[in-house]
Amino acid sequence: MSTPLTHEQRTVHFLNRTSFGPTRETIQRAKEIGIRAYFEEQLAPDRIPDTFVEEKIAALKTMRLSSRELIELYPPPQKARDQATGMAPMQGPRQVILELQLARLLRAVYSRRQLYEVMVDFWSNHFNVFAAKGADRWLTTSYDRDTIRPHALGRFRDLLLATAKSAAMLFYLDNWMSVAPNSFLAARAPNLRRRGINENYARELMELHTLGVDGGYTQKDVQEVARCFTGWTIRRPRGEAEFTFEPRLHDNGAKTVLGVPIPAGGGMGDGLKVIDLLARHPSTAKFITTKLTRRLVADDPPAAIVGKAETAFRQSDGDIRSVLRAVIDAPEFFSLEVYRSKVKKPLEYVASALRVTGSETEITHQLLRYLGRMGEPLFLAQPPTGYPDVGSSWVSADMLLTRMNFASDLIGNRLPGSRVRSDAVGGADAVARLIAPDSLSSATRAALAETEGRDAVALLLAAPEFQRR
Amino acid sequence: MDGARRLFLKSAGLGFLALGLPPAFLVRAAGAEQVARGKVLVVVFQRGGMDGLNVVVPFKDHAYYKLRPNIAIAEPGSGAERGIDLDGFYGLHPVLAPLKSIYDRGHLAILHAAGSPDNTRSHFDAQDYMELGTPGIKSTPDGWLNRHLRETARSDSPFRGVALTAQTPRSLAGNAPVLTLSSIEEFRLRNENLGQPLQRLYAEASDPLFRQGANSLFEALAMLRKLDAKIPASAGNYPMGRFATALKQIARLIKADVGLEIAVAEIDGWDTHVNEGGATGQLANRLKELGEGLAAFYQDLGDRIDDVLLLTMSEFGRTARENGNRGTDHGHANVMFAMGGRVRGGKVYGRWPGLAPEVLYEGRDLDLTTDYRRVCGEALTRHLGQNDLSKVFPNFPRTTPLGIVT
Repeated sequence: MSTPLTHEQRTVHFLNRTSFGPTRETIQRAKEIGIRAYFEEQLAPDRIPDTFVEEKIAALKTMRLSSRELIELYPPPQKARDQATGMAPMQGPRQVILELQLARLLRAVYSRRQLYEVMVDFWSNHFNVFAAKGADRWLTTSYDRDTIRPHALGRFRDLLLATAKSAAMLFYLDNWMSVAPNSFLAARAPNLRRRGINENYARELMELHTLGVDGGYTQKDVQEVARCFTGWTIRRPRGEAEFTFEPRLHDNGAKTVLGVPIPAGGGMGDGLKVIDLLARHPSTAKFITTKLTRRLVADDPPAAIVGKAETAFRQSDGDIRSVLRAVIDAPEFFSLEVYRSKVKKPLEYVASALRVTGSETEITHQLLRYLGRMGEPLFLAQPPTGYPDVGSSWVSADMLLTRMNFASDLIGNRLPGSRVRSDAVGGADAVARLIAPDSLSSATRAALAETEGRDAVALLLAAPEFQRR
Repeated sequence: MDGARRLFLKSAGLGFLALGLPPAFLVRAAGAEQVARGKVLVVVFQRGGMDGLNVVVPFKDHAYYKLRPNIAIAEPGSGAERGIDLDGFYGLHPVLAPLKSIYDRGHLAILHAAGSPDNTRSHFDAQDYMELGTPGIKSTPDGWLNRHLRETARSDSPFRGVALTAQTPRSLAGNAPVLTLSSIEEFRLRNENLGQPLQRLYAEASDPLFRQGANSLFEALAMLRKLDAKIPASAGNYPMGRFATALKQIARLIKADVGLEIAVAEIDGWDTHVNEGGATGQLANRLKELGEGLAAFYQDLGDRIDDVLLLTMSEFGRTARENGNRGTDHGHANVMFAMGGRVRGGKVYGRWPGLAPEVLYEGRDLDLTTDYRRVCGEALTRHLGQNDLSKVFPNFPRTTPLGIVT
């Protein structure tokens, strides 16, 4: 193995991977109590006071409302006109999604529970829901608050089940419409719009949420899993938007999933059996830990570290905290091979820029639009894969240009609602130390020498060093 | 910054400046301006799996109507809600009317029961396979369009391969430099002070990913600055939306002669599992945007259409039978369009496999009778002069051309 990382490098590396970027304060704290103790603190987010960001979130009214309240209070524009409520254009469902985006970015920048926010981001992307699809415009707020966030550091099986029962996922992957053709209602209600099996959720459940595409399932398994989940539906997507199991839509016949027989008459238990089967399947342990180490360690994570995470996943029955400990405790985590190897995705780039400069921001449309142009509009990944997590996906000419333009707009205080701390503006040197403790490349130092004041800080944020974490 | 460090940075900077920057990119940018009117291949990827059976409808195959009691497109006849007769067997979806005159002029060819032969019904695998050009093999490092560019180094223009998409599509990704733009107008650096220093430091970056990305960025910026006044305005009547906007920008790049050889655009929203609709509805809305966009592009190009070949493709077709939600699930073979001045159009190509239960692929989908690589290969050889397809489509046997491209 090559030269070990210095203490300074280890600290910055650790914070780059377990938070949305180091700040002066977090570096100091991690040095004071040590990386391992800092990590344990982060694993217990409930014990970290977080009033500063929670007060900002509290100002976003939609974040507290139930799906039903959101549907009533933020109707689609057409309905709003019918009711003559005279709403401003940014009201209605667009406002709901906007506040969700604002909250996500605010937390990424300001929350002190950084590891928790990193994991929320990871799982939201893993169990992706496209917030602009129909009723999901009102369902994604609850999905984030009541489905993902409570389980982000919990047990994988509980998280998987929560997503399976969430109105947002049931709607996004169409399972709420999937009906056994031989079911009670399909046979007796000739006008029922939903009359047959829909495979969409069953397929993505195995391909993307658990086993992985090469995880050992067949088209027949997709069909059988779809039968198991018939009747897992939503009362009314645009009204009582809650999960319900409707036995009169369920296929009560016997099924076989991945070679395991599921006897007839299981009712809702069929789906629960599938969840357990998939959550504990060896392919799932491998697939999930590969993806998690891709996020935390390297695009192509070393086999040794994936192996350790996989063992921890299996031995702890999918306890996410145990898996995270196994990753951080593996010597490969601090190896030079993976140091600074990850390209920041847009959310990581924008949040880390705001954090490293100590910026004050209310997060505005303009800021969110930059995220969109960099390729990561929050909650708006249309395909169920979510956003990619490998560097080459985020480095096109256009994306680099957008990052450069963002850096100069931010540092030039040309982003409405955002102000860079004045000592950051004067201190390209101090910012440089937070970005690259082991000194910048000679090219970056040369370029810095040609720029002054604000331009120097903008240049640092636009430089290749700051594109990686 | 403290004085000593500032001084150090200054001197390091001077040392670097003394090395100078190779002005090659400027020389080449100026040269590429004179690139002759070249041939251009435009690839339109329809993400989500288009339901080809409702786009080019086999109305004489009676199994079609049995399989789709709620969403079928009616046989041609009188009325707007009916298919448009193409050849007595196939009918075009009624909202694709703007394409009919192009078909009649012989500049639009249709290929049915075509696509990728792999049987995956995963969007993501199927898209990857199709874009990599190696169905069934995921480890292929680059896309088929990129391999074509790599194997035919015709010019140094940064605009040889351009994607007008949010992210670089797999088909165009690889070692040959390509450009991804969302808009020509917004493609400029907002703080000009940073241009020179950023260009220098990225040129020196030890990180090849960033070096290459920035290299195409700065070359393209330089070229666009020079071309700014010369890019003609659009002549087509483009509809709203990202797809048509992408085609509009592609047409401008074609007319500006910047050395464009391959362009990629995308149109998504084809994953019609629920309430697909028939002559109107969800699929019809997507087709309206597609058809009006293609027709506007055709009109906009005027006689330049002779240099252009546009191909459409989607990762798979959809189940022959409608599902329980008046939609369709992931299927297999599909429809492709080829549009251009040198297309032998006005004809539906491809052997029709039928829709009877016993001939359906895996008992549920339209069977595949033409591998999409056949038509892609024909486009590369006949339109772009690619002599060796073995590097572009490894493991794909040589086939006789379909004769779609003259």
